[in-house]
Amino acid sequence: MKVKQQQKTKRDKQLEVSEKVVKGILLLFSTVTILTTVGIVTLLLLESYNFFKHVSIIEFLTGKTWAPVLKPEHFGVLPLVNGTLLIAFFACLIAIPIGLGAAIYMSEYAHKKVRAVLKPILEILAGVPSIVYGYFALTAISPILRVLLPDLEVFNVLSASIALGIMIIPMVASLSEDAMNAVPDAMRKGALALGSTTFEVSTKVVVPGALSGIIASFVLAISRAIGETMIVAIAAGATPKITLNPLTSVQTMTGYMVSISMGDIPHGSTAYYTVFAVGLLLFLMTFALNIFARFIVKRFRREY
Amino acid sequence: MNTTKFEIQKLNLFYGDMHALKDVNMTIKDKSITALIGPSGCGKSTFIRTLNRMNDLIENVKITGSVHLDEQDIYKDYDVIHLRKKVGMVFQKPNPFPMSIYDNVAYGPRAHGIKQRTQLDEIVEHSLKQAAIWDEVKDRLKANAFGLSGGQQQRLCIARALAISPEVVLMDEPTSALDPISTAKIEELAGELKKEYTIVIVTHNMQQAGRISDQTAFFLNGEVVEFDNTVQLFNTPRDSRTENYITGRFG
Repeated sequence: MKVKQQQKTKRDKQLEVSEKVVKGILLLFSTVTILTTVGIVTLLLLESYNFFKHVSIIEFLTGKTWAPVLKPEHFGVLPLVNGTLLIAFFACLIAIPIGLGAAIYMSEYAHKKVRAVLKPILEILAGVPSIVYGYFALTAISPILRVLLPDLEVFNVLSASIALGIMIIPMVASLSEDAMNAVPDAMRKGALALGSTTFEVSTKVVVPGALSGIIASFVLAISRAIGETMIVAIAAGATPKITLNPLTSVQTMTGYMVSISMGDIPHGSTAYYTVFAVGLLLFLMTFALNIFARFIVKRFRREY
Repeated sequence: MNTTKFEIQKLNLFYGDMHALKDVNMTIKDKSITALIGPSGCGKSTFIRTLNRMNDLIENVKITGSVHLDEQDIYKDYDVIHLRKKVGMVFQKPNPFPMSIYDNVAYGPRAHGIKQRTQLDEIVEHSLKQAAIWDEVKDRLKANAFGLSGGQQQRLCIARALAISPEVVLMDEPTSALDPISTAKIEELAGELKKEYTIVIVTHNMQQAGRISDQTAFFLNGEVVEFDNTVQLFNTPRDSRTENYITGRFG
């Protein structure tokens, strides 16, 4: 049997062309994001290479003194890493319990109407620019803490950590709550029918059931805390040192990068290239954490 | 003659303005199987949920009348946790917890304060044996419960309910999501369990009610049209609506 080929109308041809054009434009857009990432990484690697021509990687990663603009120069990044991790640690100490508690409350206890008010407020908190938190730490948290702790320096780890912690609470709460919401109601009912209290249902059934999402929210929060810049640049000080004391001032990796980019370091000097080396290390740290979060989500994922 | 387990008198239940149960009276006997049948939306699931107060979870529910368990009013004399320890429940869809088979069964006893390992081991083994799933899972108690088939999951959920040694087991269409072989296993299991437990089962399947139950209640539009000995109800229904339903003229 002969099937008669349908004649393509003019409109059909137009549609075909416009479809191709649209596809091309959209492809271009998505390529932009990839190219940007590739460009950033390339730049970081190239400029870091300039740095590592002058300073060995070993010295950079193991040196305990960071003094790139003073004589004699020292390029040990550990004090900056120490500052970053110390602040991230205290920030998570605040954000993880409060965020998880808020998530459990919203998901398991709160009445629908309460939740309808709480969640948007939490999201507003997430939308406050970090520089606001930075000045909040410097002008509100520090003075109050200094009344309670007279030893506290003006710029210190604790105030920055508290502000940073408050900033990442919404992230932990919101992501954890989403994960808990995904746990089917049938499981809650099953536990309740066994004579459990709401608290037991939350801690023994819902949290374990949502564990992958909850842990992922923690890891992303840590990653966020490590990468955060404005709060630590304003409130944590500019004293690179290795310490576990939260009452003193430190300098973080991001804080250092801000201070260098705003200072008058000559372009092309070793001190100038430190920014890229520190940036590369920071990138690798947050990148590793994000990969780790993805792994956790995959590894512990439960399909309901 | 068995003694009375549940005595339900003039039970009315409203979801907001909707009158979901109308003047329900029923006497459920100890160590027997009571089947609740009727078309969708007739109130049978609502009714079974009043027996362990799962309706408390729904908003705007109003209940009048009384439900007595062993001569005590479950809405007045019992606290809900104690009640649910005595009245276990198995749901329509298997709902194991996201943990190992062992931990699923041990969940209830642990929640009620049993911590000793040997005692828990005993309870888990006994419950799984009672639920006729022990042989299938004894070598993989530490495996995740989600790895089991639907029928196995449902028997696991029965084991989980039995682990807190309830006196009554409520089953809300426990086989509706299962294949015929799993269904047969669960029906056989119900027959075994009534030696020790009082069983109330909601079912869409009239043959199932006929096969396994001692008494049957036929619900329609929130009312109990007929409640009788199962043989009696299926062979010589007194109400024409019951007859129409069981002969398949509607529903």
